[in-house]
Amino acid sequence: MSKVPPKQEGDPNTTGHSWDGIEEFDNPMPRWWLWTFYATIVWGVIYTIAYPAWPLVSSATAGLLGYSTRAEVAAEISAVEEANAGINAQLASAELTEISADTTLNSYAVSSGAAVFRTWCAQCHGSGAAGFVGYPNLLDDDWLWGGDIEAIHATIAHGIRNEEDPDARYSEMPAFGEILEPEEISQVVHYVMQLSGGDADAGLAGPGAEVFADNCSSCHGENGLGDRELGAPNLADAIWLYGGDEAALTETVTYSRYGVMPPWTQRLTEAQIRAVALYVHQLGGGE
Amino acid sequence: MTDQAQPPSLYAAREPIFPRRVSGRFRNLKWVILAVTLGIYYLVPWIRWDRGPSLPDQAVLLDLANRRFYFFWIEIWSHEFYFVAGLLIMAGLGLFLFTSALGRVWCGYACPQTVWTDLFILVERWVEGDRNARLRLHRQQKMDVRKIRLRVTKWVLWLLIAVATGGAWVFYFADAPTLFVELFTGQAHAVAYITVAFLTATTFVFGGFMREQICIYACPWPRIQAAMMDEDTLTVAYRDWRGEPRKHSQEAKTEPMGDCIDCMACVNVCPMGIDIRDGQQLECITCALCIDACDDVMERIGKPRGLIDYIALADETREREGHAPRAIWRHVFRPRTLLYTALWGGVGLALIVALFIRADIEMTVAPIRNPTFVTLSDGSIRNTYDIRLRNKNNEERLFRVFVKGNPALRVQLEGTPYASVTVPTDTSLLQRVYVIAPPGSDPAEAARTDLRFWVEDLSNGDRAYKDSSFSGKGEAQ
Repeated sequence: MSKVPPKQEGDPNTTGHSWDGIEEFDNPMPRWWLWTFYATIVWGVIYTIAYPAWPLVSSATAGLLGYSTRAEVAAEISAVEEANAGINAQLASAELTEISADTTLNSYAVSSGAAVFRTWCAQCHGSGAAGFVGYPNLLDDDWLWGGDIEAIHATIAHGIRNEEDPDARYSEMPAFGEILEPEEISQVVHYVMQLSGGDADAGLAGPGAEVFADNCSSCHGENGLGDRELGAPNLADAIWLYGGDEAALTETVTYSRYGVMPPWTQRLTEAQIRAVALYVHQLGGGE
Repeated sequence: MTDQAQPPSLYAAREPIFPRRVSGRFRNLKWVILAVTLGIYYLVPWIRWDRGPSLPDQAVLLDLANRRFYFFWIEIWSHEFYFVAGLLIMAGLGLFLFTSALGRVWCGYACPQTVWTDLFILVERWVEGDRNARLRLHRQQKMDVRKIRLRVTKWVLWLLIAVATGGAWVFYFADAPTLFVELFTGQAHAVAYITVAFLTATTFVFGGFMREQICIYACPWPRIQAAMMDEDTLTVAYRDWRGEPRKHSQEAKTEPMGDCIDCMACVNVCPMGIDIRDGQQLECITCALCIDACDDVMERIGKPRGLIDYIALADETREREGHAPRAIWRHVFRPRTLLYTALWGGVGLALIVALFIRADIEMTVAPIRNPTFVTLSDGSIRNTYDIRLRNKNNEERLFRVFVKGNPALRVQLEGTPYASVTVPTDTSLLQRVYVIAPPGSDPAEAARTDLRFWVEDLSNGDRAYKDSSFSGKGEAQ
């Protein structure tokens, strides 16, 4: 069975190599294997002629078929856009307030809005939409210019305090450093800290109420609840765009703030603006 | 390489093999296995299984588009793919078990390459006749009408089998009766046609022309198998101590002769074209047809059967020393095979247990950590979680979501004022869930509070839970 028979005429040749009595046969390869090998070579040559392959100094051979991955991606993108053309048109023309009731349209809008957000909005508002100092957090329930779908849509479409869009939301807080004495500023800062339940000095906050009523209440309201018509923040809540401590508030009152957001009508389609508005609206703070 | 001889060619053309018809117990066993395995392969996609109106009624279906695997009463979702991994592990261990006990029994009896080659040779014999007729036809140089007719008939029959084989494959991935009609009316997806064409080509070429070349040159399995075989492994071998010296009819009968009459029956029936009397060789797939052929001859010349037989290496030594071989079961049942069996059974048992304890409702909880928490205008702290609810029932269910862990925590679902949400039939739903801690409460002030999400199927009270945590304003330790 395992015995090696004596070598006979017609037995396969060996390479002459032998280890522990085990000889290495010198068997021929199958012919079809050779032809397969040749076929792969031929295929390789044809392939490099047909497709981009050989690197040149500044580019590469283009290949007879004119194939390019870039063109393929472009074709895929336009195919997707074509496929989405119908639903995008529907999204752009539907009544804005009724989109969320349409499950199909809404889920399309929210997922495409998420992509728009990550591309265009995340730079300032953060990829998780939590904002930064000076860039509003879009997850909370506090809105400077309104948090219903129409207000969010208008803010995205026209932006805030920009030069490009005449319909941009606009308001400007005066720099009270030129109007009030430093002492008055300190008083009103402590009053505002008191309004929002912060750790305020009651001695300063008391006279600060008067300063507030004279200078601030016209925009921020008598009780500091803010005014969305003017984008004036609610000063009585727990949310601060630029910080709610004494130093940050003093800076805000002295020099004022002037946050700018670009208008998006020029860069995004109406369907994209609506999509990102619906996405932001469903992040947890929508009204 | 000897000096005087011409250097041998580096490449050799395939020597055509014309296996002779054989009958016997192993051949019969192989016919049964062929019928059963091919029957399973071709017919299983057509078995229907009622799963209600919204689910496919095909008993075995790999629904790739919807990420579902249906197997009779079992439905596996893509996140439960470990069941398939477990089955593959069992298949691997089973192969180890059978190889260590019976050598290349898989190759000889059940491998698709062997089964389809057997079927193709059967067709070849129906059309062209047995070994001698096929040899004559092969050697006949002239392409006359008869040769062309026979060849074309054979190829057409092979092609039909190949098309059926490629065709059956795609039925496992789509509703078979629908796809069958679509395939013939030109409405099926291009992938279906390409798959059918590819498998048709491989079946036709591998079964009709490549045959043993696949086993010898293309298949890695024969190289691995040696590692699983030992001296107790039963494998097909020739008892040369009984058969040699071979009896040639012309030779004088002076010296004691072996039982082998050199009739070449074992060689003629071999689908691999080897002579088993040369000893174990890598080409041998242990199909045991030479055993049938030799037993038949031994019976006719009045000698005991088993000149070629399933023998273990350990028995060879014993038999050469004049002892009787050990019983088959003592070869088969040994620590190695028992270990493989135990492992195989263990994995199988684990899979069955896992199958029975899996729930009809499931959820996964992914806390959103960008940002970890949001301060609301009233100063309360809110965490957000993406909760995926899976409803594996045949009808839509209403799920209530609630948390346990700290009484201050409040749950709110995005997009609905209610505490429950409807999950449609046999789908999963991604629901954003907010957990809110009022200002000044422990979870709002602490860095981290453990909590447990519960989901309750309101129709029957079934519950499932997942642990997570709540991030507050506190500094992490």
